[in-house]
Amino acid sequence: MKQTQMPLLETRDLSRTFGHGEQTVDAVKDVSFSLQAGEIVAVVGESGSGKSTLARLLLRLLDPTAGRILLYGRDVTKLRRRKDLKSYWQQVQGVFQDSFAAFNQFYTVRRALEKSLNVLDARLSSSERLRRVEASLTEVGLDVADVLNKWPHQLSGGQLQRVMMARALVVGPELLIADEPTSMLDASLRVTVLNLLLDLRKRHNMGILFITHDLGQANYVSDRILVMYHGELVEQGPVDTVLTDPQHGYTQRLLTDVPRLSRKYGDPS
Amino acid sequence: MIVKNVKAYYVTRSGPEVKAVDDVSFSIRDGEVFGIVGESGCGKSTLAAVMSLTAGRMLKIKSGEMTLDSHTVALSGPIKVPKDWHGKLVALLPQQSMNSLNPTARMRNFIVDVVRAHHPLMHPDEAVRQARERLEQLALPVRVLDSYPHQLSGGMRQRVVAVISTLLNPKLLIADEPTSALDVSSQRQLIQLIQQLLERGFITRTVYITHDLPMLRNIAHRIAVMYAGKVVEVGTTEEIIEQPTHPYTQALIASTLDLDPQLRGRQIEGISGAPPDLRYPPSGCRFHPRCSRALEICSREEPPILGEEGRLVACWWVQEQSGKGYREVEQ
Repeated sequence: MKQTQMPLLETRDLSRTFGHGEQTVDAVKDVSFSLQAGEIVAVVGESGSGKSTLARLLLRLLDPTAGRILLYGRDVTKLRRRKDLKSYWQQVQGVFQDSFAAFNQFYTVRRALEKSLNVLDARLSSSERLRRVEASLTEVGLDVADVLNKWPHQLSGGQLQRVMMARALVVGPELLIADEPTSMLDASLRVTVLNLLLDLRKRHNMGILFITHDLGQANYVSDRILVMYHGELVEQGPVDTVLTDPQHGYTQRLLTDVPRLSRKYGDPS
Repeated sequence: MIVKNVKAYYVTRSGPEVKAVDDVSFSIRDGEVFGIVGESGCGKSTLAAVMSLTAGRMLKIKSGEMTLDSHTVALSGPIKVPKDWHGKLVALLPQQSMNSLNPTARMRNFIVDVVRAHHPLMHPDEAVRQARERLEQLALPVRVLDSYPHQLSGGMRQRVVAVISTLLNPKLLIADEPTSALDVSSQRQLIQLIQQLLERGFITRTVYITHDLPMLRNIAHRIAVMYAGKVVEVGTTEEIIEQPTHPYTQALIASTLDLDPQLRGRQIEGISGAPPDLRYPPSGCRFHPRCSRALEICSREEPPILGEEGRLVACWWVQEQSGKGYREVEQ
């Protein structure tokens, strides 16, 4: 299929190794994919398959050992200067698994979110800062009056996860890297966070890279799936194709081993 | 095996107790996997601690009684446990049990320590021989005996711990989220191992505690659904999954993201709100603030327990729909 528009994000043979000599580990190896604006792409794989390393590379929190990252066709792999990285983070933001670890315990929600605005170039007036913080809290479905002046320990896991999303959204990013944002939440809350991702895509045409180990969640939210195994991208394609007609042996095994409500292990589908 | 009227509250330094398990009763049949499902903070792990008699000092057991084969133990007050109860009658397989191995001991030495804690006079070689025989029967590689824990994968470690904890043929294995740190393939292997342990009679019955309904679908014969310290519904796995009656069970199943192509593009709703603070549980039915079916009475009075032995539900709304033939049970 010919790409008609410039992809929002593209990686070419992206690699990262840790250690040296005999101890070398290829955490991410020759990963190439692209993501369009308004697209939700899921990255699935077991623990240790390199999913989170990929997220850190794409957020430019970690330097790749080889390969390139392109944002709207512009090479951002070599960004070093604070100013350049800041402008990158205006467009690309992340949310992570452990919301309890993500916030400074001594900062209120308001202070934590206002600090995020420092990534912007312009110096905003304090009323403008507050307006943006309130808007993004409302956007993720939180009651502003209820949470604005609270500390992280006063919020539940589900609320804190939303605050973390608000923190990412406050700068108006075009790409969201969501690294297992739901895996510490209960089933009943998980769905509401996934629905929020779907809303964001609809409202802002945001591109979302959704990292998960749970094929059920990937099935629910994403348009395409990338399957990682031992640092390599072993399969990618539209959700329907990957889940109904998996090509790689690892994907096939994954699909037969996922517990399902509708049938027992080994039952025919 | 019967568990009756267990109330277990955590003591806090100031203020009210946390009512983590409040008046829970159930019975487990021989050869059965009894699943307990619920969200975090619903009291399922507290229940595991009570049943395995490993409750810490901060957990006050107000009342309760457990009958296991010919033994009956009053759980409240100072419990006099026969020394051989742990490991021989009841074994606990917790979530991170794979990390409970000694990192500097080969598995064979670890096993000798475990077995000789119960049979001090047994020769070490005999303990290793028994472990080897058990591994062979369960089709696990015997080479693990000579390995250190770090040489084994997480899934293999969890399986080996399951084998070691059942080496003394306990009557009851309590598995508390044993698979939640594992990838799906290791999960399946552990489930199959537990099933083998039951089939071969190495364990008599299992309580399987998890938040993962699809997982229970694959292993449990019957399921109890817990919410905020209470059991809200009990039934066979098929009944719970295909005909849930309690509004909480229904919502839980509706919000499960199954790997089903039909779910794609459909909007699923979660349960609004969050589980209650168990220091101040809601009056009446504990689910009523989040319940879409809540009636006026739900916030005032505790719901009646309806149904018959083995198929119970605690709900006012279900009683109102009494056309379904639910009668209140005598407790």
